[in-house]
Amino acid sequence: MVTGDPTAPLLQMHGIVKHFPGAKALDGVDLDVVAGEVHCLLGQNGAGKSTLIKVLAGAHQPTAGTIRLDGEQIRIPHPVAALEHGIATMYQELDVVDGLTVAENIYLGHELASAGFTQRREAAGHTRRLMERLGHPEIGPHREVGTLSAAGKQIVSMARALSRDARVIVMDEPSAVLDSGEVDNLFRVVEELTGQGIAIIYISHRLEEIRRIGDRITVLKDGMTVGRNLPVASTSTDELIKLMTGKNVEYAFPERPGVPRDAPVRLEVEGLGLANTFRDVSFTVRAGEIVGLAGLVGSGRSEILETVYGARRATAGRITLDGRSLRRGSVAAAVSAGIGLAPEERKSQGLVLDEPVYRNVTLASFARMAPAGWLDERAEKKAAREQATALDLRPRDVERAIRTLSGGNQQKAMLARWLVHGCDVLLLDEPTRGVDVGARSEIYALIRRLADAGTAVVVVSSEIPEVLGLADQVLVVSDGRVVRSGPAQEIDEHQVLDLVMEGTSA
Amino acid sequence: MTEPTAAPPADKEIKNESRTRLPSMFSGAAGRNVGLVLALVLICVVGVITGGGRFASIDNLMVVLRLASVIGVLAIGMTFVITSGGIDLSVGSVMGLTTVWATTWATQAMAEDLHWGVMVFTAMVVGTVAGLVNGVIIAYGRVVPFITTLAMLAAARGLAEMISNRQTQRVQSDAFIEFFRLEPLGVPILVWVFAAVAVAGWFLLNRTTFGRRTVAIGGNAEASRLAGIKVQRHTLYIYGLAGLTAGIAGAMMLGRTTAGTSTHGMLWELEAIAAVVVGGTLLIGGRGTIVGTVVGVLIFTVLTNVFTINNMSTSAQLVAKGAIIVAAVLLQQRFANRSKST
Repeated sequence: MVTGDPTAPLLQMHGIVKHFPGAKALDGVDLDVVAGEVHCLLGQNGAGKSTLIKVLAGAHQPTAGTIRLDGEQIRIPHPVAALEHGIATMYQELDVVDGLTVAENIYLGHELASAGFTQRREAAGHTRRLMERLGHPEIGPHREVGTLSAAGKQIVSMARALSRDARVIVMDEPSAVLDSGEVDNLFRVVEELTGQGIAIIYISHRLEEIRRIGDRITVLKDGMTVGRNLPVASTSTDELIKLMTGKNVEYAFPERPGVPRDAPVRLEVEGLGLANTFRDVSFTVRAGEIVGLAGLVGSGRSEILETVYGARRATAGRITLDGRSLRRGSVAAAVSAGIGLAPEERKSQGLVLDEPVYRNVTLASFARMAPAGWLDERAEKKAAREQATALDLRPRDVERAIRTLSGGNQQKAMLARWLVHGCDVLLLDEPTRGVDVGARSEIYALIRRLADAGTAVVVVSSEIPEVLGLADQVLVVSDGRVVRSGPAQEIDEHQVLDLVMEGTSA
Repeated sequence: MTEPTAAPPADKEIKNESRTRLPSMFSGAAGRNVGLVLALVLICVVGVITGGGRFASIDNLMVVLRLASVIGVLAIGMTFVITSGGIDLSVGSVMGLTTVWATTWATQAMAEDLHWGVMVFTAMVVGTVAGLVNGVIIAYGRVVPFITTLAMLAAARGLAEMISNRQTQRVQSDAFIEFFRLEPLGVPILVWVFAAVAVAGWFLLNRTTFGRRTVAIGGNAEASRLAGIKVQRHTLYIYGLAGLTAGIAGAMMLGRTTAGTSTHGMLWELEAIAAVVVGGTLLIGGRGTIVGTVVGVLIFTVLTNVFTINNMSTSAQLVAKGAIIVAAVLLQQRFANRSKST
């Protein structure tokens, strides 16, 4: 392990800037990594971690900034170039092919071959040696990868990196899919790798893990490096959270008018559970109230929403809407009872991208507008235009394909769908994902306006300030359990981060 | 489908607007149909030049339309299936089964007692049931359409052979045969049936909730489900509809050949799929056009006719058909890429 000031960093990223149309994902990031260390990358969702590692992996081209390897400036124009430089990335969704063997996976894309014939024997031999190096000789080269556990697949992915002579391995939340025994194993492998002089860039939300294996920490916030090369041993949790939260980009959150005491309860969720995902979730949403669910990816927050909506069949608990109990596992029943969902993955779960805006807006209500099954497109367009005006949809033209709209306007079209349908309860999963900064405040104001009109709203977000700024009541979800709930004013970002990262209830 | 909207908003979006709207009249759904009609006209011109009066006569036109009508009805049903993102390989053999079932001794005896319409009704019921079986397995059993309908292709053909004992079953009812020989306004009754099915199909796809659901599911099944559309039930209906058109086509086939046999409709599923895809319906679903399908069917039938008039071998005809399918799909992909890149 390396401590002290690194005089000759192995990898140096300096002043990395990355613009996307309408958004600045990275705005001057510095990162120094020395050989043989575990360098932790810390930051909230949207801080720029994924963009940074994609730049390093050659998947994104930086708008500005330099990358040096061994002091020499390099360019990484495409993913293969990254591998050639010895930089390997293990994404959260492991990129192994289930149907191939361990050896075939490891040599995928750089098969050992002679005159076009794969040299299976040699590949198997190399694979055995790699697995021994990683301390997992029990994973044989001819085993089909699909039969391995998530942990086993990670090992294969690491072996692949080593087979490419990687000197820097980026691990994006590798522990998210592992149980605690497997995590121990992973850490042993990481230590072995660093012992051989390989640098690990380790991304995780779990501070305890960082404490266990990390050497130094770089903290990102809003696309900038705010904490540089902090030694793990001497940096307090408090300090780290302060750096991560810092001074936020100020979004204008609408004022909370306060929910009247006598507002009727619209949605009541009691003891809701879904096997292996979450359990014992209870909350109520009154008319005009916004309830926020805060938690990390994988905490169960999105699943809670989808279960309330009937897209997943609850294994325990009750959902009542305006006093009437709701059928389990039926989206159609939920929709006709007046519940609407704006899903997390807008493009794959929410929109029919090649269809015009108005048909996306009326997707939940075209049948109701159609007497005896005959479509009334004029009424549909009229309804869509009214919403387009009310929500300031740009462009106003409701007949163009929704694919051509920006993220923020697509989200408005999703909201318009439920406004046309006339919802009593609106479930919003990551309502500002893919929405650029300027349009966010607009979406927030819109959500508040809907609540003021008597809609009960549930918002899920991994951006904690968003939940705290928007919601009246907040539920903090960690590992499938509600670990804290209360009025938004009584909870601050620091507490929530503490809860979701350390997993201890306060 | 929709006309280009006039008067774009007077802001800076206009630039975007003109870039996404292709300048050519060959863009968009209507443009694709224009292109198809031009292709059809081109084939006709070749026909006139090479065949002269033998091609350009009312009699020959009626021959072509009559030939196009049975496969055309199958293709209308197929258009719905493909628009919804599925495929039905069984329509040809289901059609064969319906011709056999409608001409069994028992059915014909009943038809003699009641009305020859019993045979038509039987064909339609048998086709619909076969389609619904496909639908149940696909929608609720979650077996992919390709495999399910491939199984039905084999099973329906086998069942037809079992029932008919591989014999040709003549239609006994003279009234039935007479009906299918009618030519109201000089146009064969089969062509009228095809026209009626096509018009009904157009309204169903473009003007009803059934059609909207079909397009939505083909475009994004998950989004449709999360918007409250009962995707499984609708999928069942779509395959039922394809079966119904196979039944109608079966009855028409009986009218044309005056006999039911298990060999009717061999490989017709492929001709139907080819016509639909050449017509401009996206094979991945989400966009379908009945007009395109009708023109697609006509293109293939007229082409066959021109080849036949010029005494070209059926083998050469097959090669030409193959080339046309590939060319059409290549063109389609270019359109798809273009719309995605904007």
